[in-house]
Amino acid sequence: MISNGRLDRRLAIRLLLDKRDDLLLITGLGSTTWDAASVGDDPRNFYLWGAMGSAALIGLGLAIAQPQRRVLVVTGDGELLMGLGGLATIGVQRPPNLSIAVFDNGHYGETGMQTSHTGAGVELVGIARACGIEEIFDISDELGVRDFAGRIGKSATTLFARIAIRADEPPRVLPPRDGVYLKTRFRRAIGIET
Amino acid sequence: MSERRPSPTADWRDRIFAVLKEAGIVQVGYVPDAGHARLIELVEADAEMHAIPLTSEEEGVAIAAGAWLGGQRAALLMQSSGVGNCVNMLSLAKNCRFPLFMLVAMRGEWGEFNPWQVPMGLKTQPALELMDVLVYRVGTAEDAAQTVAAAIDIAFNGDIAVAVLLAQRLLGAKRWVQ
Repeated sequence: MISNGRLDRRLAIRLLLDKRDDLLLITGLGSTTWDAASVGDDPRNFYLWGAMGSAALIGLGLAIAQPQRRVLVVTGDGELLMGLGGLATIGVQRPPNLSIAVFDNGHYGETGMQTSHTGAGVELVGIARACGIEEIFDISDELGVRDFAGRIGKSATTLFARIAIRADEPPRVLPPRDGVYLKTRFRRAIGIET
Repeated sequence: MSERRPSPTADWRDRIFAVLKEAGIVQVGYVPDAGHARLIELVEADAEMHAIPLTSEEEGVAIAAGAWLGGQRAALLMQSSGVGNCVNMLSLAKNCRFPLFMLVAMRGEWGEFNPWQVPMGLKTQPALELMDVLVYRVGTAEDAAQTVAAAIDIAFNGDIAVAVLLAQRLLGAKRWVQ
């Protein structure tokens, strides 16, 4: 499943969600939303179909609000790049129950595979470290993803993983896109009266 | 609670803080502004609240959404210039009907010295209204606390985005020569 040192994105998401237990998941516009849906829909998934640049920060607000639960954000390099300042904001807060995984293929996959900044040499791992995030994973193989997945929620600080994936476009699997529905069922699923 | 609540004669900034506490606001994202300095101090000093400095205002819209997904109430403090940064991110609140409370310190109006503040200051309210944000404006100290309370009520009871603009006349124009 690996070619040129990069992972198949659908394998990577399956490994991340393999033993999810109580994990709460935020996915970014857009391919990581399809990736999560490919594993199966779940009310504890909050999929973004827009609001580019918001995924990691929604994860931050959620992690602070629910300190007893593990929060995983899975987003793409382009989505994260649009909200790059958010990594500095997260680096100041560093809630231990927050983990961020960036599927980095160096391209804007939804708009015609234009090269992204990471494809042109910008290093997310270095940025995350410089923002004060202390536990960082630079992953390009299956074992690395398994190791990271096993550490989610077991650290004293926020985790950041850059996962090198292939620049390809597996078939889209579309989850629900009604924002009110996604919000309401998410809150209900974790026991919040709406 | 009553010990903590400032008297009606307390500074209006302290009364806004008391309203935030009373309303159960826990997370407070902010890009600093002189008009919010006192409120930010009070939030940072409060053991139950999370003061979250932002690099840009739209981050606070996303954080507030995440907080609400987790059952917590957030507020977002910014200067009027930051409203422009939020426009696309407001689609998150609107599309999902996330409650959103924003407190905006105005620049570029009454007594403004810096012309660079004027274009966004003049368009702050229209920009919010273009995205269907309900806008309340506070011009006097007496109105501040009750307007903030009303805005928080309708934001969280109505699942809508609401902004309270604190007029520059109320905040006092920035002094450029000490």
